[in-house]
Amino acid sequence: MMDPNSAANPETPVKYTARDFQTDQDVRWCPGCGDYAILAQVQRLLPELGIPKEKFAFISGIGCSSRFPYYLNTYGFHGIHGRATAIASGVKIANPGLSVWVATGDGDALSIGGNHFIHTCRRNIDINILLFNNEIYALTQGQFSPTSRYGQVTKSSPMGNIDHPFNPVLLALGAEASFIARAMDRDQRHLHDILKRAAEHKGTSFVEIYQNCVVFNDGAFLPLTEKETRDDNVLYIEHGKPLVFANGKKGIRMENHRPVLVDLTTGHFSLDDLLIYDETNPALAYTIALISDNPSMPRPVGVFTAVTRATFEDDLLRQISAAKSKYGERSLESLFNQGETWEIKAQ
Amino acid sequence: MVKSVRDLQDVTIRFAGDSGDGMQLAGTQFTTATAITGNDLSTLPDYPAEIRAPAGTTYGVSGFQIHFGAQDILTPGDVCDVLVAMNPAALRVNLKLLRQGGIIIANTNGFNDKNLKLAGYSSNPLDDGSLSRYDLYPIAITKLTTSTLDDLQLSPKVVDRTKNFFALGLMFWMFSRPMEPTVEWIRRKFAKEPSLIEANLLVLKAGFSYGEATEIFTTRFQIKPAPLAPGKYRNVSGNEAVALGLIAAAQRAKLSLFLGSYPITPASDILHELAKHRAYGVKTFQAEDEIAGITSAIGASFAGALAATTTSGPGLSLKAEALGLAVMTELPLIVVDVQRGGPSTGLPTKTEQGDLLQAFYGRHGEAPLPVIAAKSPADCFDTVVEGARLALKYMTPVIVLTDGYLGNGSEPWLIPDPETLPDLSVTFATDRAAFKPYARDEKTLARPWALPGTPGLEHRIGGLEKKNIEGNISYDPDNHDFMVRLRQEKIDRIAEDIPLLEVDGEPEGEILVVGWGSTYGSIRAVVNRKRATGKKLSHLHLRHLNPFPRNLGEVLRRFENILVPEINLGQLSKLLQSKYLIKTIGFNRVAGLPLSKQDIDRKIDELLGGAA
Repeated sequence: MMDPNSAANPETPVKYTARDFQTDQDVRWCPGCGDYAILAQVQRLLPELGIPKEKFAFISGIGCSSRFPYYLNTYGFHGIHGRATAIASGVKIANPGLSVWVATGDGDALSIGGNHFIHTCRRNIDINILLFNNEIYALTQGQFSPTSRYGQVTKSSPMGNIDHPFNPVLLALGAEASFIARAMDRDQRHLHDILKRAAEHKGTSFVEIYQNCVVFNDGAFLPLTEKETRDDNVLYIEHGKPLVFANGKKGIRMENHRPVLVDLTTGHFSLDDLLIYDETNPALAYTIALISDNPSMPRPVGVFTAVTRATFEDDLLRQISAAKSKYGERSLESLFNQGETWEIKAQ
Repeated sequence: MVKSVRDLQDVTIRFAGDSGDGMQLAGTQFTTATAITGNDLSTLPDYPAEIRAPAGTTYGVSGFQIHFGAQDILTPGDVCDVLVAMNPAALRVNLKLLRQGGIIIANTNGFNDKNLKLAGYSSNPLDDGSLSRYDLYPIAITKLTTSTLDDLQLSPKVVDRTKNFFALGLMFWMFSRPMEPTVEWIRRKFAKEPSLIEANLLVLKAGFSYGEATEIFTTRFQIKPAPLAPGKYRNVSGNEAVALGLIAAAQRAKLSLFLGSYPITPASDILHELAKHRAYGVKTFQAEDEIAGITSAIGASFAGALAATTTSGPGLSLKAEALGLAVMTELPLIVVDVQRGGPSTGLPTKTEQGDLLQAFYGRHGEAPLPVIAAKSPADCFDTVVEGARLALKYMTPVIVLTDGYLGNGSEPWLIPDPETLPDLSVTFATDRAAFKPYARDEKTLARPWALPGTPGLEHRIGGLEKKNIEGNISYDPDNHDFMVRLRQEKIDRIAEDIPLLEVDGEPEGEILVVGWGSTYGSIRAVVNRKRATGKKLSHLHLRHLNPFPRNLGEVLRRFENILVPEINLGQLSKLLQSKYLIKTIGFNRVAGLPLSKQDIDRKIDELLGGAA
């Protein structure tokens, strides 16, 4: 059955190309910035979704990534620092027929906007949050962010960062987001697939995208994206598939309820011994997301969680229609006359 | 025995007891009965800041005051004629509000050793003669309630909870009020618990009969109906009136209503009221904080809802940055600030007019927006509808100021015919060829409202400075200067679209009392009284504060003395002085209370004396 609150409308198929989503504005990110790749993927994805162009609304906060809406020829709102998810919540609740996206960064979403971020996730408002994580404050020129690494030297941590970083996937899991994924700016095909799944998920979709800042944190994700090292360092998790990486040479299995790295080339373990990933199990997602912080483990990317639960706006509309069918369409007259009333006669 | 009946012009009664004694309920029931009698009235609840402070303490006293009469009632009354005190703490806290010779109805069973000690009495004031200046009626309300319910075998706790209805019944008798509305209310309220219906009805009637049968009371009173405008009425608090006004405005604009709000005293009742009205399509969003309250509303406005956020002082501070965003993006938004005592947490349950300058100027950069204020609980309705009119017509956020006294206070509201409310219909942009996001309406300077979902009008807005007409980001110095002035000009032009001021009283003369907001009632009552004694003075009330009505300067210059009473240290005074370069005389008392008529009266006498 067609979802009345979905922006997609198959009766009037629309054919767009990426070019239709480009604006006449000069893109003002630094040359080589990872944001370009993300923009290109989003522009490529949007025509594939079968949604009329006018139904997209891209909302952002403040930061380099938050310039995103200006470069997409859709409805856009460049908000204030940290508040993009709150603005987007209002947009979606006011008009559930829109496809609402948030472009945000690690400072915007997790520091000044951390509160709005977790509350949007728990409410499961059907918006897509793209977190461009470059592990640095770039627009303000190089202070540590809530995802900067412990010990990292930045302009505001000359002796090394003593803030313990957030793992954004764990944060979203704690807030019970119904769709949580991680991708990388440099792996375009995977990014495309993840963005597509996020777009198609009903409920809050959260995608953490590792994004290289060429000026203030260049190479932060190099081991994950360079041809020579990426295979050994990146674990692509997929629902129903074993956790295998390094071109099939290594894998992750559970021993005593803990994930352990095993070598598949010694003959001791085979694919059958590995953990089969299940994206409908948030406990498993938590376990695997945790290995991100373990230097001896590969970095997991892919869809961590995809579960179904009611969205805030659907519940709200349900309450409205329940109230309307109980009381009928109400006039202002009946509203004004509720409770005790009395008549003063002309004297 | 035959009791005499005395006619009174107006009476003020204060019900006071522990937070758990049901005084608010007794007060609202008395209000309904009084309204139906046709008296004009004004009420003010006085809650402690604590939800359930320890029983018997002075800081746990909850009060409800009602002033009603056979004439125009403008305030809940400075002093009371009758005090119902359920325990010593209630007496201790409220006695100073009782006029000499006033009636005290005291529940003697509440005056036990423990409660006397808690209230700081070393001897029982009901026995020691210290209340000889008052008309004291010590009544064993708890005991009489218990014996009334002897046969029902209810738990002592349930019995104790009905004693407020004994006091209420007695007041109904004393002031000749009908019991039917309360009887109906009890039947509805306890429909599922017949034993409670019986208990409450028995106690209510016992209180009434007690007045009739005992020889303690020789007189009952009656208050003739007030000459109110004919029509249908209901009682509304200011917060209810705001909620009704928002729904009405949305319907008159043919938009759906979105409220983004975070609970805060004393504004939360607006959220509660709106949350009840899903049947009217109302979308309430209880946000995670004040900032999400306003930013979600800005998002909803972008998407085409009539969007509002409701708050009090601390919340308005938190919303400041987002208000600037609404100014910059030129989106309609209604911000209702139910002012309370500040700064910081201040006096959450008390009233103040301390946010006027914040409403005017409390944003970084040049960020002008319209500011309007309500003058009475019922006027909150019209003021909010006016706020919506300005927001939609001029594509701007609007701040509507009320305060704790208006929000919680109530008065009869002449129910309007919905068709007589202003038509607030809006026209959304649809024309692809002509559309520019920051194009201007020639007259209002408003930009077009183009909703996401409209084919061909895709555009981007945001907090960065925009080039006029095109709406693209612009860092051009001349454009910024132009846009700063244009945003100011847009708000200034509203002065052409609001009524000219009319002075109440002589159009010129010695003294003009200028007020705004909730001080209206006190000022008007004093001015009326003074004029009745032959004094010459006039009253000017301001609903529109930014921009001021265009004849304000001219009106002010017609008077020798401008007296500006405010519940702040002179915020309107500052604005009048700086804009019109005139001298004003402030009367300022920031006590968390409405301005008292006595105090204003004295100040005017001082002026009249000084001027003579």
